[in-house]
Amino acid sequence: MAEVVLRNVTKRFDNVEAVRSINLHIEDNEFVVLVGPSGCGKSTTLRMVAGLEEVTSGDILIGGDVVNDLPPKDRDIAMVFQNYALYPHMSVFENMSFGLKLRRFPKDEIKKRVDHAARILDITELLDRKPRALSGGQRQRVAMGRAIVRNPKVFLFDEPLSNLDAKLRVQMRTEIKRVHQMVKTTTVYVTHDQVEAMTLADRVVVMNGGLIEQIATPQELYHHPKTRFVAGFIGSPAMNFMHCRLEGNGAGLRVRISDAVSLPVPSAHVTRYQGLTGKELIFGLRPEHITEPRRGAVEGISEFSPTLDVVEPMGMETIVFFRVDGQEICGRVDPGSAAGPGEAMRLSANMDHMHLIDPATGAVL
Amino acid sequence: MSTAALPLRTAGTFGLRASLSRNRRWALITSYVFLVVFAIFFLIPPYYMVVTALKGDAEMAHMATNPWIVADGITLDQFRILLTKTDFLIFFRNTAVVTTCVVVITMVVSVLGAFSLGRMKFWGSSILATGIFLTYLVPDTLLFIPLFQIVKALGLLNSYWGLVVVYPTLTVPFCTWIMIGYFQSIPKELDEAALIDGAGHMQMLTKIFIPVALPGIIAATIFAFTVSWAAFVYPMAFLYSADQQVLTVGTVTTLIRGDVYAWGMLMAGALVAAAPPLVIYAFLMDYYIAGLTAGATKG
Repeated sequence: MAEVVLRNVTKRFDNVEAVRSINLHIEDNEFVVLVGPSGCGKSTTLRMVAGLEEVTSGDILIGGDVVNDLPPKDRDIAMVFQNYALYPHMSVFENMSFGLKLRRFPKDEIKKRVDHAARILDITELLDRKPRALSGGQRQRVAMGRAIVRNPKVFLFDEPLSNLDAKLRVQMRTEIKRVHQMVKTTTVYVTHDQVEAMTLADRVVVMNGGLIEQIATPQELYHHPKTRFVAGFIGSPAMNFMHCRLEGNGAGLRVRISDAVSLPVPSAHVTRYQGLTGKELIFGLRPEHITEPRRGAVEGISEFSPTLDVVEPMGMETIVFFRVDGQEICGRVDPGSAAGPGEAMRLSANMDHMHLIDPATGAVL
Repeated sequence: MSTAALPLRTAGTFGLRASLSRNRRWALITSYVFLVVFAIFFLIPPYYMVVTALKGDAEMAHMATNPWIVADGITLDQFRILLTKTDFLIFFRNTAVVTTCVVVITMVVSVLGAFSLGRMKFWGSSILATGIFLTYLVPDTLLFIPLFQIVKALGLLNSYWGLVVVYPTLTVPFCTWIMIGYFQSIPKELDEAALIDGAGHMQMLTKIFIPVALPGIIAATIFAFTVSWAAFVYPMAFLYSADQQVLTVGTVTTLIRGDVYAWGMLMAGALVAAAPPLVIYAFLMDYYIAGLTAGATKG
């Protein structure tokens, strides 16, 4: 039993509120990722759970007990740091066993646990080496091994992959996921990389300005963002946002983006948006929903022909940029059908995936 | 066109490489010339000391001999007389006792002080750290007058234990300063990892910080050793009987009687006195340099 619960947790540094009264309930064995831009309070939140920062107000509970005043060592947590924080003068074995030694575990138990963790992480051959003789990826494994041997209630990861190069980062991401599947433990993971968040998490917590914007599964976050911030933060390239006006069109509705372009709202969405007719709103549509016209087009598909500004071939797809009424829009098209820059291209918007956002509150309607 | 351009460009690249290596050779030659001049300049005094210490009194007294070589045969008489007929061994023992005590006291105080000032942020810690360094800037030639009163009040006048009390005023500030810089250069995640692993502050210091900061600690140890081994003003001011005297002052006062200089023994004494620092430097030099430079920059 090791749920982690944050109740109205606030952290203030002098006059700056880094974390503003957040509430979060992490289930036993759940893998939760805190994600957001730098300065959003995600690392501070993790450090408060670890006991490295004091809580200004509110409560943090681990396994049902309030741990606000417990020092880190008594919270039964283990943490993996961005720069690994391996003890440079100790061998890999000593690094991994340090915490157990301080807790006066018997020698054979220490050896058993270290060997077990080393096998999981495939670092058995490295146990006698010093950290300086290891590569970045190996150091990261040792840092994880140091956490695993403790068999703690909660694993905390503070941007553990940020110091690795792109290729290794992808490998280690898979490794972390594999380890979590083998060693089922409640895990809180902080990153600014939304791909890490989406691929690793059972649930993602998107933070911004010290507040939680949304807590949801990766799929829900992607398809049903609650705020403009979440909609824009998750997904790459980011969602397109365009100023628009919602207009009545007989029984249906149309989203007018410019004098020339207006797109029909699918009938399934009409009831939801009916009350917003005539309002100035923000229209959101992901780049993958702006494509070349595809066969089997159904209702809700709407075509237009902009002139392309920039064309970026990615191999499996081509990203195209164009402007509508001065607003830059991005679409993802099949490489075979992409026109060149300066040329007009027939594109279609899949309005089934449209979002409308209140410009005043930023809420997705 | 292109075939004609190719050899030209190759020649150009080659010419550039040749001029680069010529530049490099000149830089090397110049630096070696200066290094050799420097080495000769600094090695002349020790050479002269060795030559003088190995001569007999008769050769030294003879004005016509060449002072740069030993002409009448090498003798160890100067060393024998120095070690058997003078108080030199007492001075040596006193110096060793004083230096050992001072080094131990200095390292205990400055490691603990630097750890708390460098790693545990508390109210006024940075002002305190600067203040410690400022005390080092007061020269001992000024300090010995008020310190005389203090040593006298402690009843330690004319006792080498007085030096054990007084020398740390010179060594602790500087060593603490070196160590603060060194401890601060250690990433803070290391103490956080240790905290989470279950270490208390004392375990963090002994198991993580001291081993990681060993080069810095050795640099500070060498400094403390050198200061207390070579100090002259304080023993001159606070000690006056031979049984309490240390090497620096003792050698000079016993081997110079009025205007009679026992040159051979003076040189022999200086050589023997210089041996321990020399041995320590030779063994710890790599650490010493690493320590002085590593604390200066982050990472």
